[in-house]
This record gives sequence, C-alpha cells and structure tokens, in this order.
Amino acid sequence: MSGGRLVRVEDSDRGGTEPLYLHPDYRSSARRAPDRPLVLLPEALADLTGPAFGDGDVAAGDSDLTTQHDGEPLGERIVVSGRVLGSDGRPVPETLVEVWQANAAGRYRHGNDQHPAPLDPNFTGAGRCLTDAEGRYRFVSVKPGAYPWRNHPNAWRPAHIHFSVFGRAFTDRLVTQMYFPGDPLFDFDPIFQSVRDPAARQRMVSTFDWETTTPEWALGYRFDVVLGRTPMED
Amino acid sequence: MPAPTPSQTVGPFFAIGLCTRPQHELVPEGSEGALAISGRVTDGDGEPVPDAVVEAWDRAGRHFGRCGTDADGAFRLVSAPPPGAGGEAPHLAVLVFARGLLKPLLTRMYLPNEEEANAADPVLAGLDPGERATLIARPDGDGLVFDIRLRGEGQTTFFAL
Repeated sequence: MSGGRLVRVEDSDRGGTEPLYLHPDYRSSARRAPDRPLVLLPEALADLTGPAFGDGDVAAGDSDLTTQHDGEPLGERIVVSGRVLGSDGRPVPETLVEVWQANAAGRYRHGNDQHPAPLDPNFTGAGRCLTDAEGRYRFVSVKPGAYPWRNHPNAWRPAHIHFSVFGRAFTDRLVTQMYFPGDPLFDFDPIFQSVRDPAARQRMVSTFDWETTTPEWALGYRFDVVLGRTPMED
Repeated sequence: MPAPTPSQTVGPFFAIGLCTRPQHELVPEGSEGALAISGRVTDGDGEPVPDAVVEAWDRAGRHFGRCGTDADGAFRLVSAPPPGAGGEAPHLAVLVFARGLLKPLLTRMYLPNEEEANAADPVLAGLDPGERATLIARPDGDGLVFDIRLRGEGQTTFFAL
C-alpha cells in the first residue's frame, strides 16, 4: 500500500496571505514554531469532515456578552455580525462560532492576565453561537480595550476579538482575531503584521456598519469570515 | 471567490472562550472501549507549553474533543478507538493551537497495538523511522501517552495544512 516517501515542504505564507509559523518579531514563535519541514499529506487523505454541531452546543443568551451577569458591563456597546463563507463563496450554515475578548479596559478575565486594568464584574468576555441557514452570526458585546504585552518594549495589542470557527471540513478550521477599523496600533503589532499582504490583513479588520448600528443603543461592526486556504504557490 | 480570512494565534487567554465546559471526551469516559489519551506539549527547549489547546478528530468527523494544557503542558482526551479507512491505519487527527503559534499545527496519533495496520499505512510508510515514531502513541497502563514536541530534538511530525 506504500506510495513511497511523502513530499516535504517548507512552511508557506501563501504569497503573504497567511502567517508563517516562525515570525521573529513575535517573540514566542521562536521556541514554538516547528523547525523541520512539513509533510505533505496525499490529497485524498487530507480532507476530514468537520464535526456537526447542534442546538445542544449553544444556550440562549450565549451570543450576548452583555447579559451574562446581574448588571451591564462598562464600555461601548457593539453589535458584531457577519457571515461565515466557504472559499467557494457559499455560506456555511450551522457551524459553531466562538468568541473571546478583553473587557473595555483591556483586561481579560483570566488568571494569567497581569495588566493592571480593572476587571469588570459584569463581563466574562466569552460567547458562542451557531450560524443560521445563510451562514449568519451575531454577537452583542462591548468594544474591547487595547492592552500592553511583553513582546518588546512598550508593546500594545490593537483592540481585537478572538474568533474560532469550524466550518464543513477539517481544513476549514480557523482561529483568528477580528480587529477594528482605523486602529493606530496596526503598524506596530507583530501579530497583525505577521500577515504580509496588506489586502489579506484587511480581511481581519471589521467594518463599521450603519445597518446594524442601533439608534440610542449600540454601534455595529461587520465581519465576514471566509474559511479555506489560498492555493499553494508552485 | 472571496479570499480566506488569515489565521492568528489563539493567544494565552483562549480558555475564556474555548474551555468553558469540559470537552475532552470524544466519547464518554467509561464507555466501552474508551481510550484515555494523555500527553504533554513541549517547546523547542523541552519546556512545557502551558497555553496550548489540543484538538482531536476522528476520520469520519463523528467525534471531536479538545483540551487546554495545564501548567505542566499536560492534556487529556478520551476517545473511542478510531476507525481506519481507505487503507489507512486507525488514527486521530490532532490540531495544536497555542500562544506563539500563528496558525495551528496538524499531526496524527496512531495506536501502538495496530502494528500490522501501521506497517501498511500510506502516511506512516512515507516517513522516516524517527518521524514515524513521533506519531505512534505509547501504551501506559490502560491508556495511551501521546506527547507533542513543537520544535527541536524529537520534534513531532507535522503535516502541511
């Protein structure tokens, strides 16, 4: 059954449309990025069906990060919505979308977050939902704050919301970060800049959206997530 | 065709969003044939990676589980014996996300007691012996141990995604 030695490939950023494992400006990649070539799986063996999710995986209220406690969290209330699409442009229905984020002051509710900014007793910062038949999702939250980290002197992360999306197949699995338009920290953030192609970077930036901006209540941001991979260069 | 959204690191605080409930059981613990799989994720210096999340999927996509690592880099999953298919030996697909990884790493966990099937597996057969060894779990009591070394000496074999 052996088809011979499998092909080895160097890590590829696919023309700058995705990060490399090793990105020296992002210091912690230096000890965690693999240093051997990657093995190319025969195509027929590479595709795995993704797990099926159902209503049992989410509870009512999971998509509203502002109503998980007795009171309302502080911060700028936002509605983040969009669609999950396959690289063929088709919507991905009923797939699990999970988000997590810092509070409005830039602090995560996590024991290892040492940023001396206040925790908000009314904010956990986690949500999830299933996309609907048209691949749409919607979260209500507060805008996360920027925060410092120790990557380099005076390092700050631009405000972002972490997204985890499953999709139809194993190769669709995506964990990314959604940024906010016009953030002055973009140029200085090695994680954002790990994607070399400016057009590809822009695909991680939400757009301000009047349609979902709700009068007297919340600002709307739109963020479509496209799963799959840019074809490898030859 | 829309272009794909790039990957970014899961960061150090993913437990807020991804570990809000136990999901380490691909099948219920104690169910017939259930295998306990434990392991440690270590970095290029051999140090534990305490902020990784390890996801396991079976070939049919029927079972999915994940577990964040603890301070020792340790994780634990419970799986049914995975099926083999199309000439492949039984295995689980394993994805690793971590702070410091800007995109996930893909590997496979094969079973130590499937020597014949492993010898005929087209992926294992296409690897050098040292690479192959990193993909086969080792027995430990009633369970299995599958360690994941991200970099350096004894690095786990990872597949291009």
